[in-house]
Amino acid sequence: MKEVLLPRARPSRWVEFGFQGLSILMALLFTTLVLVIAGAPPIEAYRQVLEGAFGSLKRAADILVAWVPLMLVTSGLLLTFTAGLWNIGVEGQIVLGAIAATGLMRALQETSLPPPLILILALAAGMAGGAAWASLAGLLKIYGGVHEIFGGLGLNFVATTMILWLIFGPWKRPGIGSMSGTEPFPERLWLPVLPGLRLSPWALLLALLSIALVYVLLRNTYFGLRLKAIGKNIRAAHLLGVPTARYLFLALLGCGAMAGLAGAIQVTAVYHRLIPPISSGYGYLGLLVAMLANYRVSWSIPVAFFFAALNIGSIQLPITLKLDSTLSGVMQGALVLFVLLMQGARARWRSKLAAEQGDDA
Amino acid sequence: MGNALLFPSPSNGRVAGDEIIRFACIATSLDPVAMKVEMRHIYKSFGPVRALQDVSLTVEAGTIHGLLGENGAGKTTLMKILSGYLRPDRGEIFLDGKPVRFASPAEGLRHGIGMLHQDPMDFPAMSVLDNFMMGHEGGFWLDRRGARRALQELASQFGFDLDPDARVDRLTVGERQQLELLRLLWRGVRVLILDEPTTGISAPQKVRLFDTLRRLAGEGKTVIFVTHKLEEVEELCHRVTVLRQGRLAGEATPPYSPQRLIEMMFGRPLPMPERQPVPPGEPVLEIRNLVVGDHRLRLSRVSLTVRSGEVIGLAGMEGSGQQLFMRACAGLVRPWEGSIRVRGKDLTGKPYHAFLEAGVLFVPANRLEEGLIPGLTLTEHFQLVYPNGRYLIDWEQARVEAQRRIRDFNIRGKPETVVEALSGGNQQRTLLALIRTPAHLLLLEHPTRGLDVESSMWVWRRLKERAQEGAALMVISSDLQELLQYCDRIIVFFSGRISEPIATEELTLDRLGHMIAGRGW
Repeated sequence: MKEVLLPRARPSRWVEFGFQGLSILMALLFTTLVLVIAGAPPIEAYRQVLEGAFGSLKRAADILVAWVPLMLVTSGLLLTFTAGLWNIGVEGQIVLGAIAATGLMRALQETSLPPPLILILALAAGMAGGAAWASLAGLLKIYGGVHEIFGGLGLNFVATTMILWLIFGPWKRPGIGSMSGTEPFPERLWLPVLPGLRLSPWALLLALLSIALVYVLLRNTYFGLRLKAIGKNIRAAHLLGVPTARYLFLALLGCGAMAGLAGAIQVTAVYHRLIPPISSGYGYLGLLVAMLANYRVSWSIPVAFFFAALNIGSIQLPITLKLDSTLSGVMQGALVLFVLLMQGARARWRSKLAAEQGDDA
Repeated sequence: MGNALLFPSPSNGRVAGDEIIRFACIATSLDPVAMKVEMRHIYKSFGPVRALQDVSLTVEAGTIHGLLGENGAGKTTLMKILSGYLRPDRGEIFLDGKPVRFASPAEGLRHGIGMLHQDPMDFPAMSVLDNFMMGHEGGFWLDRRGARRALQELASQFGFDLDPDARVDRLTVGERQQLELLRLLWRGVRVLILDEPTTGISAPQKVRLFDTLRRLAGEGKTVIFVTHKLEEVEELCHRVTVLRQGRLAGEATPPYSPQRLIEMMFGRPLPMPERQPVPPGEPVLEIRNLVVGDHRLRLSRVSLTVRSGEVIGLAGMEGSGQQLFMRACAGLVRPWEGSIRVRGKDLTGKPYHAFLEAGVLFVPANRLEEGLIPGLTLTEHFQLVYPNGRYLIDWEQARVEAQRRIRDFNIRGKPETVVEALSGGNQQRTLLALIRTPAHLLLLEHPTRGLDVESSMWVWRRLKERAQEGAALMVISSDLQELLQYCDRIIVFFSGRISEPIATEELTLDRLGHMIAGRGW
């Protein structure tokens, strides 16, 4: 009777680290190359980015301001990625969250309701708006057979168009609508910030709560286990009795709510009005963070922080080095590409290793 | 120098229309080069499953050579190796005495070996002509006009009626096969492999196919015909090689003795152990006038009652309709007509979850594709099926429970072992451990496939226990011996035809083998 537990071909931890380190090195080299081609001094550019990110307490706090929406979006995406969904539509879900929050604030700002209540309602409206937008992608997928990537992409365009229409149409500033957005809300309806900084402790708290929630959901609940089962083998999960359609839908709703909350926070705590680029691309960036963190909650926290730091650090590049601030985007993109490349290389290397072991057996 | 004519080098770039036609004519009728195929000591494993062990095959040039065997015997694997789709773990291939090694099907095709797969590997949304040109090495530009003329020329030669502009998904299986055949001929194949080509095609199409194959062999092509149907071997093949469970079982030449071929396919009959008859219980499954079908098969007006404690075997070659039937009973395939009742409750047209709640449990054959979830541990699997809470998982308790189930079901693994790291037998035992209780109707596809004798016996003991506890069982298996040994009644499927349930006492291995191969109905 030959029933042995097959040894899993598993390279040592050092090899894993080696691959990861190599990808970071390659991303750095690539970015350096881009800088050299652009005629900028690479070392000085990197120094400026570091200086820009950590040069003062105010800047360091700004990193957290960027980290909050990024982390909210990433937390939501960890749910959809676990269920095997590519929720590209997260970008539109942020936008709809921002629109819903703005709409609610505009409706209630003239009333005598206490400002904290209005703010809480606005954040809740944001979550509802994002979730509703995500549910459209879910309905399209489950009942229409539209892949969530295409559904999400289409809905993103609709969301972008909708925000422009609102800003230049029904919600335009008295006189003339402009790209600078809607009329700012009165200061009493701003989410309170720490003295001298732009960081709202409430927003920070919500982001931390969202991570904790997703962490517990994925680790300790049947909801998380079922999502994981669906993501890894939807067919078998169905046969084993998991109601797959319902859980796919719930994963999208959860992600949409968190993305919508991020949008609402951008409106209430950062910009205090609706502006066309309200999502700041955090949706797409969140996808990159989740991928780079290998879809793990714990890793996504520092990765999101790193990305936020790159974004903040490169803000002053245009002033100091006459470089565009999109350098951070180049670095982030390169990093993700090289990490994915290395994952591919590692998988290949591993299967080769397994094949060789198989030959010996 | 047939070679140069047959295989215009890609550097020639675009081939003019006339040339293509000339080239096609040469390829189909004037080809002087027939090819002898030898495969020596081929081994192939898929993970822990040994698909082929020390199989050798010699096919003489210009003959039709049958490759016979039941499902899982390794026929398709052997042919995929020959055509370059798979690489052997060990063993050599010789074409006309020269050793070759293919890295891809395209390379096999360049050496003149083409395979017609059981499921058409075409592009359904594209036109016949586009499919015909697929993979043609004619440089960058498409020569539609030339290809159209070549297609029409070839089609008329063989009497096929194919509209070049029709979309492939509108064609019948037989027409798609004709198209693929012409495409391979146009590409200049000298060895043509057909894998179960008569499944799903009409009777006139079959006659035409056989005529075509005889003509091709007469013109010097080497044809390898993979089948499980005895009468096709008798009708068509100059020689036949039989495979059984991944090994060479024997060879034969006409006149064939069906008796011997069946023996080679299924092994020698062993003496049967005594079986005690089960007292019939309450009806669990009642099927009335069920009609169910897919794109190639249709089962008509099936009625069946299965009682508590009964074990029903479904016998037949893969794809004869038994999988379809079982999946309809599981609520996975919606029947077109008729009714399904389980313990008196009408479940016709209800979703799978309703069947599950009614105690109908389906255990699929492909363990890692449909049965288990690679990447999840044993503990996680057990928690999916037997949650010990409503929202929160108590992992400590879950581990203890998993340990108990692992012990109960004799699984060689730890609670934190991921299922893909288990051997086939342990995966199967895990599947059995995942069957919920109460189970009133158990539907199992190939529960012992790939298991050694000891593991198979263990599985059957467990299944029989379930039957004694009052469950009704339906089991698909290609091991006839096993069906005869453990089932109370057996239903035979052949190309969508379905027999009455036959009491096992009235069956012999011989009769069952004949029926499966389509004889003695």
